Amino acid sequence: MTDWPILSLITFLPLVGVFFLLMIRGEDEASLGNIRHVALWTTVVTFVVSLVLWAKFDFDNPGFQFVEQAEWLGGSVTYKMGVDGISTPFIILTAFLMPFCILASWRSIMVRVREYMIAFLVLETLMIGVFCALDLVLFYLFFEGGLIPMFLIIGIWGGKRRVYASFKFFLYTLLGSLLMLVGILAMYGTAGTTDIQALLAYKFPAGMQTWLWLGFFASFAVKMPMWPVHTWLPDAHVEAPTAGSVILAGILLKMGGYGFLRFSLPMFPLASEYFAPFVFTLSIVAIIYTSLVALMQEDVKKLIAYSSVAHMGFVTMGIFAMNPQGVQGAVFQMVSHGIVSGALFLCVGVVYDRMHTREIAAFGGLVNRMPWYAAVFMVFTMANVGLPGTSGFVGEFLTLIGAFKANTWVAFFATTGVILSAGYALWLYRKVIFGEMTKPALEGIPDLNRREVAILAPLVILTVLFGVWPAPVLDMSAASVDGILNQTQAAIEAAGKTAEAVGR
Amino acid sequence: MYHLIVFLPLLGAIIAGIIALAGARQRHPGAIGPVDAFHHGHDDHGHGAHGHADHHGHDAAHPTGGDELTHAHDDHHDHGPVEPASAGSRAAELVTTGLLMVSAVLSWVAFFDVAWGHNDAHVEVMRWITAGALEVDWAFRVDTLTAVMLVVVNTVSALVHLYSMGYMHEDPHRPRFFGYLSLFTFAMLMLVTSDNLVQMFFGWEGVGLASYLLIGFWYKKPSANAAAIKAFVVNRVGDFGFALGIFACFVIFDSVRFEAIFAAAPGAAEKSINFLGHDWPALTVICLLLFMGAMGKSAQLGLHTWLPDAMEGPTPVSALIHAATMVTAGVFLVARMSPLFEHSATALSVVTVVGGATAIFAATVGLVQNDIKRVIAYSTCSQLGYMFVALGVGAYGVGIFHLFTHAFFKALLFLGSGSVIHAMHHEQDMRKMGGLRRLIPTTYWMMVIGTLALTGFPLTAGYFSKDAVIEAAYAAHTGPGMFGFWMTVLAALLTSFYSWRLIFMTFHGAPRASLDTMSHVHESPKVMLAPLFILAAGALLAGLVFHGVFIGHEEKEFWREAIFRSEANEIIHHMHEVPFWVVASPFVMMVVGFAVAWMFYIRRPDLPARLARSQELIYDFLLNKWYFDELYDLIFVRPAKAIGRFLWKTGDGRIIDGLGPDGVSARVINVTNQVVRLQTGYLYHYAFAMLIGVAALFTWFMVRGH
Repeated sequence: MTDWPILSLITFLPLVGVFFLLMIRGEDEASLGNIRHVALWTTVVTFVVSLVLWAKFDFDNPGFQFVEQAEWLGGSVTYKMGVDGISTPFIILTAFLMPFCILASWRSIMVRVREYMIAFLVLETLMIGVFCALDLVLFYLFFEGGLIPMFLIIGIWGGKRRVYASFKFFLYTLLGSLLMLVGILAMYGTAGTTDIQALLAYKFPAGMQTWLWLGFFASFAVKMPMWPVHTWLPDAHVEAPTAGSVILAGILLKMGGYGFLRFSLPMFPLASEYFAPFVFTLSIVAIIYTSLVALMQEDVKKLIAYSSVAHMGFVTMGIFAMNPQGVQGAVFQMVSHGIVSGALFLCVGVVYDRMHTREIAAFGGLVNRMPWYAAVFMVFTMANVGLPGTSGFVGEFLTLIGAFKANTWVAFFATTGVILSAGYALWLYRKVIFGEMTKPALEGIPDLNRREVAILAPLVILTVLFGVWPAPVLDMSAASVDGILNQTQAAIEAAGKTAEAVGR
Repeated sequence: MYHLIVFLPLLGAIIAGIIALAGARQRHPGAIGPVDAFHHGHDDHGHGAHGHADHHGHDAAHPTGGDELTHAHDDHHDHGPVEPASAGSRAAELVTTGLLMVSAVLSWVAFFDVAWGHNDAHVEVMRWITAGALEVDWAFRVDTLTAVMLVVVNTVSALVHLYSMGYMHEDPHRPRFFGYLSLFTFAMLMLVTSDNLVQMFFGWEGVGLASYLLIGFWYKKPSANAAAIKAFVVNRVGDFGFALGIFACFVIFDSVRFEAIFAAAPGAAEKSINFLGHDWPALTVICLLLFMGAMGKSAQLGLHTWLPDAMEGPTPVSALIHAATMVTAGVFLVARMSPLFEHSATALSVVTVVGGATAIFAATVGLVQNDIKRVIAYSTCSQLGYMFVALGVGAYGVGIFHLFTHAFFKALLFLGSGSVIHAMHHEQDMRKMGGLRRLIPTTYWMMVIGTLALTGFPLTAGYFSKDAVIEAAYAAHTGPGMFGFWMTVLAALLTSFYSWRLIFMTFHGAPRASLDTMSHVHESPKVMLAPLFILAAGALLAGLVFHGVFIGHEEKEFWREAIFRSEANEIIHHMHEVPFWVVASPFVMMVVGFAVAWMFYIRRPDLPARLARSQELIYDFLLNKWYFDELYDLIFVRPAKAIGRFLWKTGDGRIIDGLGPDGVSARVINVTNQVVRLQTGYLYHYAFAMLIGVAALFTWFMVRGH
């Protein structure tokens, strides 16, 4: 389609920035400034290039576009990249969020700045790679490789209990990814290829699908995270630096949902059908359980982390509703959550930078000193609550309508989430923002500075824009989602016929 | 034109919002801490304000770069008790009020154009959500029902804007206030002009947001914050039903557009839907779910608890949102969905019963309240019950007519009570009032007019609409209808009593306020009285002028397609043939209520206290609003918190983490400590393990590949 490998370019551009960062020596103020600027401009350029991807994207094509292929590792594995309407939004989202992460770390990271920026740029490469990879092994490398920089970010620049948090993160993800690795090997053994496009066309036997599905599920469920393997997330969020939280909530969690859409649904349709009630159950439990837990949190970040788990519950529910509304809603919800939860963590970062605490009880009455902050936080709180007119609504609404079509019980219980989310989000807002300013420590707290306004304003605009005009994302994913669903449904129906034939 | 009507308030809200934000920025400039190099990168604002990094709170002498509002005089604002008014307050007031007035005038034009000119309109604005078969657009559907609502919403809103210029003149946050008011109006207009359920839901939740913001407008008051959250969350309970109703609609009709739904409704009458494991008649399920939303918004019994608390907001807000417009959204919803409700007798019965129960419940509570605004709030709740009774017996036009007249006299009562509160320096307790008649005569007479209309004094607005509701309920000749009839008749008695009680306690008798307060009592400025006059005119004349078209002989011509009635539904016809005693009953009730109130509060002022003492149980029961709040706290709020804490500490902490990662890691640490005694940092250790894994994978492929 294009004569230059745009996907590889986007993927590896951040590494060019890393190269420059490695050249910069010195710890003085000037070189720190250079380091920050190199990182910022690298991410900005990457974002601009990702916009080219958007501009050239063919909305009507359900298949993969911009496909690149090269021999690698002696022929058994290929270097193959390509995107469709499901992965492209995430690539753009990743590239979009990165500059904000760099900006958010501008003043809050003062030690080992160079290493920090390198970790982020490497992470960007790996994350974009996950969404571009069209080869299982390549995918796995990017997918697992992303953990290393994230470990480092939490473990080195994290809070007090960072070691515990990264330990937990490791245990969970290692377990999940090992099972996925087994699945990948089994798939290679059966189909004889690791090419995702080929695997999508390959029909795995029903019995095997079950096991493969479970293997992949182990990994994706941890990533999402789904209840009950979610407990690493609140700890990781609490300990991670602000930008780490943004990436964690904004992108890393989305890899689970992306994995379900890329692998579980189209490659193991029968197993997906079989396990759908199971996923529904976990999703509902996640939505209600974590919303209730969020009600009782004492730490701002933890509360938002729990609400993330609840929101991801909507995503898994939508995906396994296996109808256009559910799946498109899930994709949209992931994009929207990437923006909104990222923005919420940035908001927490704003007050953390000032007060060095995240305890809800330490705040109160901020609106008296920080009216702009209060206004911005209100927008994101409402988006988190899923108020129509913000992007949070569209995804929630679509996944719920999809779930209702699939199973009314699921929709019924999941919809209670809208009540609970209002409860915890508004409670948080009230405790932090409203009221008299009685705490002496807060007296001199200043409102947003220009850097913070520059970070938050685009996110506010996008949140509202996607709320009233979600078409850019929905249209992009429509054709690919239809393609996947048709394939899945056809496989399920075909299996049904075979079963009938055998029955006769 | 419809673009203008709907979007002018939004424009006003945005302008007021910008003024509010700019003013806020001026008072509380952002951190001028370390120079942020990001801006050097762009070199457009390249000024470096090297300042102290930590403490630079109120140093307004350094406005941030690019701030054009440096001309204002309060650079050196002190932190005294009274904040100075925000810069640009006057501009924000004038802009929002002016735009709203234009919108209101256009609404009247639209009203006559649609209702008499029969120029129904459908305006596409833009695409919204498209996913599979689901297509939702931003679009306006304007028929008579919408036109009536446009008039109500924009008229009351414009008057409330005007009134607020006087009422809020001491408040330092006026731009924000007017921004919220206009935002509310916009959301309400989106609700009533919607051509599909989802856009309606947008307006529905949008008014909820505006209501939340306005109730909590005085954010320093903890009670206001609590009331705001309560309003939002209780409304969300209703919205839960509304949302499920939309989903069910989509499943049955494959569309959320009214046109498609209404066209397919007769065919769907026999359909059933599997909801929560059972097969139910589809339309009944949809209607009941939607009605749950209506119950939340319109504060019907069970979901009413937020409305009295909402009185924490400024009084103009109570008049606009919690009397005239937002709370009637539920009534509008049922009337709008009449093509579905007509096919479900069950749903209609539920509507009638809930309406009747609310009418009587709220009226009983209203009897004993002492806060002037709460009395009117319960009265609103009760009157909304009347509207639902009318809708439930199929007399949709009557319900909407009562909505229409109620908007005038209830807004009048609220703004009048605002005028009293204003005069009394924010005193709301009627026990501390009394004898105000001579001091604020204009307000007094306006309140009397509102009360006459509310109690249904002949030829006032309430007389036509309220009596019509009662007659319609009787004319239904059904069980629920009769229940509705008796409840509304009884409620009429109570209404008359508590309304006159309010008047007598506030304006008559000996003053109970301190001499100092009384000496400062003053009549409100013209800008507050003018809206009262207009509303009073509406309260007196709206019934007389419009009853013919709304519920009289021309009603079929008037409503046309906007309201659907099945062939069998001849309620309007029957309504005019009820026996005389039915027609007379509300009048008798009104007179009796007045007489008792007069006896209690003018003739024998000692009676109420004695009665309260002798009937303490009932009195407490009513005073505590039937203990709904306590009950909900006990069965919903506390358990939710307890479960939340349990799931967090025990579920996540002990069970999942205890058996999972912590348990495993404890074992791992034991083992590693004993066997290898690894003292290195964990982190690199894991990273290393990862690399080994990856390397192993590579090796495997390399080996296999060759």
